[in-house]
Amino acid sequence: MTDPLRGKTAIVGAGNTNRWNAPGRNAFDQLQEAAVLALEDCGLKMSDVDGLYCALSGSGLPVLNVAERLGLSLRHADGTMVGGASFLFHLRSAMAALETGLCDVALVCYGSNQRSAGGKLASMPDPQPYEAPFGALYPMSSYALAAARHMHDYGTTREDLAHVVLAARAWAQLNPAAMLRDPLTLDEVLSARMISSPLTKADCCLVTDGGAALVLTRAERAADLKSTPVYVLGTGVAVSHRQISAMPDLTRTAAVESGRAAYRMAGVSPDEIDHVMVYDAFSICTLLFLEDLGFVPKGEAAALVREGGISPGGRLAVNTNGGGLSCNHPGMYGLFTLLECVAQLRGEGGDRQLRDAQLALAHANGGVLSSQATAILGTAATL
Amino acid sequence: MSAPDPRFDGPGPDQQWQDTLAEGAIRLQRCPACAEYQFPPAVLCRACGQVGPEFVPVAGTGHVYSLTEIHTRDGTRNVAIVQLDEGPRLMSRIEGAADGAPGIGARVSAEIRQHPDHGHFLVFTPAEEASP
Repeated sequence: MTDPLRGKTAIVGAGNTNRWNAPGRNAFDQLQEAAVLALEDCGLKMSDVDGLYCALSGSGLPVLNVAERLGLSLRHADGTMVGGASFLFHLRSAMAALETGLCDVALVCYGSNQRSAGGKLASMPDPQPYEAPFGALYPMSSYALAAARHMHDYGTTREDLAHVVLAARAWAQLNPAAMLRDPLTLDEVLSARMISSPLTKADCCLVTDGGAALVLTRAERAADLKSTPVYVLGTGVAVSHRQISAMPDLTRTAAVESGRAAYRMAGVSPDEIDHVMVYDAFSICTLLFLEDLGFVPKGEAAALVREGGISPGGRLAVNTNGGGLSCNHPGMYGLFTLLECVAQLRGEGGDRQLRDAQLALAHANGGVLSSQATAILGTAATL
Repeated sequence: MSAPDPRFDGPGPDQQWQDTLAEGAIRLQRCPACAEYQFPPAVLCRACGQVGPEFVPVAGTGHVYSLTEIHTRDGTRNVAIVQLDEGPRLMSRIEGAADGAPGIGARVSAEIRQHPDHGHFLVFTPAEEASP
């Protein structure tokens, strides 16, 4: 039976500031610019927005701050904060809110100035007394612990992780908006400075500024708008822990559950997906999510990556914007996974455009592999 | 008006953990209904939902589940996830290893430490035999 929410929500507007290093702009400036771009993209006005979804690293009351700045009159809002996956949680909530009439035009938006404001990952105060005594680097050491266990259980090597980095860079070289586009060699990646073993500086995502926004409406309204709609076929979310020590299995993320829910709602299977965006805060994430989302069996993502399987021309198109590793990562990257899916499904990918991309999967992560959210998007042909 | 539910009286679970370590004892919460151990402590058993897991003495032995070494200008320090023999895992560090930090699977044994900012907590030292 078809899920009642499948294809009922359309992404009609997309906004991306593409400003990864923008001194003089704060996080709200980035967000506002992206929101304006997203509304102009579809021809709706700010006064049409009656549902707001947002999260920012530096704001404890994001809905209030954003609504004031944009001058919104809201009937509905949701500021769920689960780290970088927040925006895919928002997307799932917005599907229900639009379909039930709680709002008619939903704006999902984000902004960050973490690079120009100091170059460190901005995170909200959220003390963890059972981890604090040990001086783990947050969040990097948590991902390093997952990587170390993955190596132990599945024989994954630092070279395998390096190939993830190289694949992301190869895609970034096709994306004029990507922050890092210089050629990169295996030796360069492997000789990067060790920070929290087994992860080096090269295994870490960028620290950038950025702003992103999506405008959502019910699918029937999308037909009247000037943009090419992209339909939300399925979503799934899951939360497994807060602290890395509480993660049930460091080599298996809750992407298994979020992915399963999204595939079920969309009525598709992994082998039907044309385009994949997974949240690569660290190189290990790409391997974990490709496995947990069912693109390869557990422990076999490294082999796929090593043989060039996710690089341009490979058998699975993954992180085609260059990812968090080479394109941008403003701290909470999730919305950018959706933006790249929209670009590919609309055929706006330029040199990196995939041929005949109809079904795209965006996967976002938050915290320290803590929250997982999956969205499957499609063109009109997939409805 | 009703009175507070007495099942939740007394210090909260985090405070009880601190108080226990301050006495020099290591006690983990175990559920009286399903016998599952858990850490960090909570007001209910996360396995079955039963209210009021009890703190019971444990040996403080376990093995390294995962480990990372953090490299700084001043050298390296390790951060480990230790799995206790009763099942729960916790973040910690491995102290006193002769040849650098031990690998995943190495047997370790707990010692209580105190820090002015962090209260009491467990660190681990290498123990004898290996475990899977």
